[in-house]
Amino acid sequence: MAETPLERKPVQSNSHMAPVSTERDLRLDLFRGLALWLIFLDHIPSNAVSWITIRNYGFSDATEIFVFISGYTAAFVYGRAMHEHGFLVAGARVLKRAWQIYVAHVFLFAIYLAEIAYVAHSFDNPLYTEEMGVRSFLANPDVTIIQALLLKFKPVNMDVLPLYIVLLAWFPPVLWLLRRAPSTALIASATFYALTLRFGWNIAAWPKGVWIFNPFAWQMLFVFGAWCALGGAQRLSRWINSPVVITLAVFYLAFAFSIAMTWYFPRLAVYVPKFVSETIYPIDKINLDVLRILHFLSLAVITVWFVPRSWPALKSRVFWPAIICGQHSLETFCLGVFLAFAGHFVFTEVSNRLPMQVAVSVIGIAIMVATAALVSWYKRMERRGPRPPAAMPGYAGGGA
Amino acid sequence: MMMRLALVLAALLLPGTAFAAQPAECLVAEQQLEHIFPLPQVARAITAKKLDVLVVGAGSSTLPGPNGAQLAYPARLQKALTEMLPGVAVKVTANVRPHRTAAAMVKTLKSALAAAKPALMIWQTGTVDAMQAVEPDEFSDTLEQGIIMARTAGADVVLVNAQYSPRTESMIALGTYADDMRWVALQNEVPLFNRFEIMREWADLGTFDFTGAANKLKMAARVHDCIGWLLADLVTEAVKLGEPQTEGGR
Repeated sequence: MAETPLERKPVQSNSHMAPVSTERDLRLDLFRGLALWLIFLDHIPSNAVSWITIRNYGFSDATEIFVFISGYTAAFVYGRAMHEHGFLVAGARVLKRAWQIYVAHVFLFAIYLAEIAYVAHSFDNPLYTEEMGVRSFLANPDVTIIQALLLKFKPVNMDVLPLYIVLLAWFPPVLWLLRRAPSTALIASATFYALTLRFGWNIAAWPKGVWIFNPFAWQMLFVFGAWCALGGAQRLSRWINSPVVITLAVFYLAFAFSIAMTWYFPRLAVYVPKFVSETIYPIDKINLDVLRILHFLSLAVITVWFVPRSWPALKSRVFWPAIICGQHSLETFCLGVFLAFAGHFVFTEVSNRLPMQVAVSVIGIAIMVATAALVSWYKRMERRGPRPPAAMPGYAGGGA
Repeated sequence: MMMRLALVLAALLLPGTAFAAQPAECLVAEQQLEHIFPLPQVARAITAKKLDVLVVGAGSSTLPGPNGAQLAYPARLQKALTEMLPGVAVKVTANVRPHRTAAAMVKTLKSALAAAKPALMIWQTGTVDAMQAVEPDEFSDTLEQGIIMARTAGADVVLVNAQYSPRTESMIALGTYADDMRWVALQNEVPLFNRFEIMREWADLGTFDFTGAANKLKMAARVHDCIGWLLADLVTEAVKLGEPQTEGGR
């Protein structure tokens, strides 16, 4: 191939680790948008449509994509801010973003409480005497709500935003180090990950247990994404495009796929040698299992190979819905969580037969796209400032 | 879950996969009942014409009310096995108490096994662990510990995972615990009765409406009856697996 996908114009000469290019890589938006759709589909409980999502065909799922790209874009946006305005301003902006996400999380928690209180209200079935015990958390809101505000109590499917908050909260010093000494920062992150696995570090959750997405482990993917944004991808491009790496990635994906098939067709499990199953299980999502990282990296290598940055179709209408969602990821993500609650509500109160599952999935994604487009429009309007729109010559470029 | 559309279609198009004795409504796609690990102790017990089964479980292994225990799946399993294995004295003992985690069950497992001397232990767990957010690693370790204890006591093991409970799906995070059960089962070569997927398929097919309000106790009893039959089916099929070259495939 003439142009390697991630290769860009030479780095700006005045700073070694400034963002590589000023133009936004639409692939990031596209795949983050797709990841948000997959997360939405996976979050609707017992949704038949979620069989299309990648978690059913291998080890990793959309969370890896989301965290990696979030790290990449965070470094891209705040790295530039740090370059132009210094550590303090950039750090303050990162923390402001973390605060916004915290507020979004609390808002979602309020909606969650409302839904659960309603659904649990009419819940009385002799089959489920055991499961009904879960309502006890509604019985003592004094503790529950405070634990939720402290991010210790996290209801089902509300684990990603707290992870994101923690990752951003310590991002300013990480970004500072990444810009000064990228290799050191990456090695430090990987070391922290390894120590976390070795010593079982995690943050305690309430009422019991630990964080479902261990920030000490998942930080590695976020930092790796940031490192790639600040020139790492360029350094890796020779590796990423080497036939050996691509072949390995294909083989690994095939391996993960065949293992995943044994989960759904138990008879196939006899073909898996015992030492393999003894080695790979359990595939730990909490601590971001190495198998999951490798699966994500393989997917990334293959994707980058198939979808070059300059691919003209990225600007076509076909991909616009996913790209617009990826460009407004926080809004879309929160909306997705809310829509998953709403979908669950429809399943329990109206119908959870197959046609309804398909309808809820399709309508949900349509709402996500429409809302992202609306948010994009608002942002364009706001950027034009207080002057009447008519006074503005032409349109400004798209999303932030 | 992947392939669910295909499974539902298969179940709709191929009603012939129902088994002789069980009520037709229990029908599920064949993949749900696919099992690969033999149960040698059960096979031996059947040859000796005396099969003792111990069901260890929590709240979802019983039903409320004065007749709850007779209507629940352990009692139905005894009836089904007795019919499917003529001439074999089948006795199913239920060691069932609500709100127990896997660890709580393992604590009393030794004495329960010693008292029942079963050839088969059916172990239903996962729901309470998910509700109490027991650390997944601990949960897996506990499962393995229980399997070893049962095997040491001369019993085969079948694991039974959580129920499909549509109303609590956004309150109880079953995911990790279901995965761990599947993996522990594979690693230890223990059949897993996938109660969750089977019930979900019934919901998809419209066999049972787990969200509706009509005549709940009657429906609950029918669900447990079906689970009893399907479990009996798993046990007899797994025993056939161990037999040398009987060509017992369906």
